[in-house]
Amino acid sequence: MIQLKGIAASDGIAIAKAYRLVQPDLTFTKITIQDIDAEQQRLVAALEKTEEELAAIQRLTHEKLGEEEAAIFGAHLLVVKDPELIGPIKQKIADEAVNAEYALSEISAMFVSLFENMDDEYMSERAADIKDVSNRVLAHLLGVHIPNPSKISEQVIIVANDLTPSETAQLDRNFVLGFTTDIGGRTSHSAIMARSLEIPAVVGTGTATTSIQDGDLLIVDGLTGDVLVNPAENVVATYRKKVENFTVQQAEWATLLHGKTISKDGVQVELAANIGSPNDLEGVLRHGGEGIGLYRTEFLYMGRENLPSEDEQFTAYKMVLEGMEGKAVVIRTLDIGGDKNLPYLPLQDEMNPFLGHRAIRLCLDHQDIFRTQLRALLRASNYGNLKIMFPMIATLQEFRDAKGILLEEKENLLAKGVAVSEQIEIGIMVEIPSTAVMADIFAKEVDFFSIGTNDLIQYTMAADRMNEKVSYLYQPYNPAILRLVKIVIDAAHKEKKWAGMCGEMAGDEYAVPLLLGLGLDEFSMSATSILKTRSLIKKLAVADMQALATEALQLATSDEVFDKVKQAVN
Amino acid sequence: MNTKQFTAVDPQGIHARPASQLVAAATPFASSIELQTEQRTANLKSILEVMGLALKQGLIFTLQLEGEDEEQAFTALTNLISETGLVQ
Repeated sequence: MIQLKGIAASDGIAIAKAYRLVQPDLTFTKITIQDIDAEQQRLVAALEKTEEELAAIQRLTHEKLGEEEAAIFGAHLLVVKDPELIGPIKQKIADEAVNAEYALSEISAMFVSLFENMDDEYMSERAADIKDVSNRVLAHLLGVHIPNPSKISEQVIIVANDLTPSETAQLDRNFVLGFTTDIGGRTSHSAIMARSLEIPAVVGTGTATTSIQDGDLLIVDGLTGDVLVNPAENVVATYRKKVENFTVQQAEWATLLHGKTISKDGVQVELAANIGSPNDLEGVLRHGGEGIGLYRTEFLYMGRENLPSEDEQFTAYKMVLEGMEGKAVVIRTLDIGGDKNLPYLPLQDEMNPFLGHRAIRLCLDHQDIFRTQLRALLRASNYGNLKIMFPMIATLQEFRDAKGILLEEKENLLAKGVAVSEQIEIGIMVEIPSTAVMADIFAKEVDFFSIGTNDLIQYTMAADRMNEKVSYLYQPYNPAILRLVKIVIDAAHKEKKWAGMCGEMAGDEYAVPLLLGLGLDEFSMSATSILKTRSLIKKLAVADMQALATEALQLATSDEVFDKVKQAVN
Repeated sequence: MNTKQFTAVDPQGIHARPASQLVAAATPFASSIELQTEQRTANLKSILEVMGLALKQGLIFTLQLEGEDEEQAFTALTNLISETGLVQ
């Protein structure tokens, strides 16, 4: 058995025989020909064969995968019939008395370089389509066979150097159980395609095509990045069991997709997602998110040369609000400074950036930036269920100031006749211990709390979370943290407000039982953790978790709490 | 000879899908059909040349036809170009 290690690019485990999707040798030599007519005829014959082949692939792809996936072959068909491609090739054969292979390569290379040199990523990627078509014609001229994945008729795992768009488009979900490639990463085309087809994939193994032969038995573990070649029977048996478990789990999660999140004893909570851009929405809906618990707007401001305009922000916020179709969307105002800087907004170097001029502190100082964002938010508010959240609030005065500016902007917009929702909730992130301690006073004025545990832990423990030497102090289960969380939740409930959490802790399988026991209303996490957490909560009774949390609050150390929870839920 | 001027308004410009539709629609006509920008001229029956124009947002281009069926072709193609919604 050979074992390869690559990048786990798409979840799941596949066990099947290898099908090598490796391009044939397309090298040729330039020769001088005598019979120009015959050579041009050879070219025409190869073009016709390619056209037939592409038409067949287009039809098969349309039947198996749909119109969208087949469209690319429509474009390829136009290329193979393109008069401005065929004319010059024939001309070159006649003018230079060269073979069709050479003339074809020269002319297509000219178009490839024209497209590759365009300063437009979309267009430069079209160069790959031209190469694709030109290689098909070349293969017919040389009489070699280009593998044709749309014709696969048994269950296989595809082995390739990398998968071209046209190759992935032809993969039939019924026969292609998974794939593995030599190159690529989690965001390469082949990885994205694997996730959209929902088949397991391991990419970037380095040596898949050199170590695997056609017909080898393969196990592709898209959860760990392992690829096993010709494994022993007992290994196969172990993996068959894993496949079964994974299938059962997937089936269970699928039933939870559109359901509410309700504990064993009937208490409902909300599982929301953290996002950084409107592009993340698709994943939120695919994983059953009941809302957005944290939209980090700073990504709109990062990786660019200037501030995003009000309209640009409005468009992004509106897209998210509309996309969630009336479900709650908590948008956090700009949280910049600390470890996040903007090239066009020079900030003074600080001794302790995490304790410095960041987030709401900076926004209250640079009101032009803050007001632009608030106007964009207010204008977007009519398109969904918007909740605005201020980050890094340390004092009630800061909240009052921020809210005051927000209301001023609202009045200005209303005076201009711009529609603004009357239902916007205004809340704060609780990530500074002073605010957690004063939560009962805050609760009288804010509409909600969302506990940002990553910062709350670092500020409570006085331990920089970027500093590895003190990383042992990053202790989500520490009773000190749990006590602060309890203070915040109790304070919210006393004033009939809600309390959520949007740090890593909210999706942690050992923290969730405690948070459920402490009465947390909303858990916001990475979209991929939602179904797992919903499944977990369904198995827990809030009454039991309350008892567990009460005990945990009386323990002395983080480890004691962790062990207690582990014992209770396993 | 028939001509008409357009401006690409879609942020993505005239990308592969609409370009393919235009080429497929132009090919059956006998007339010579060209798209011209300030820098280049493309045969509208050639997907490679049309894509090679890189019709980006804001670019002005002219449709120019000449030949026996130019009237028919002009109506069909101007309609199609307008229907894409990618131009003004």
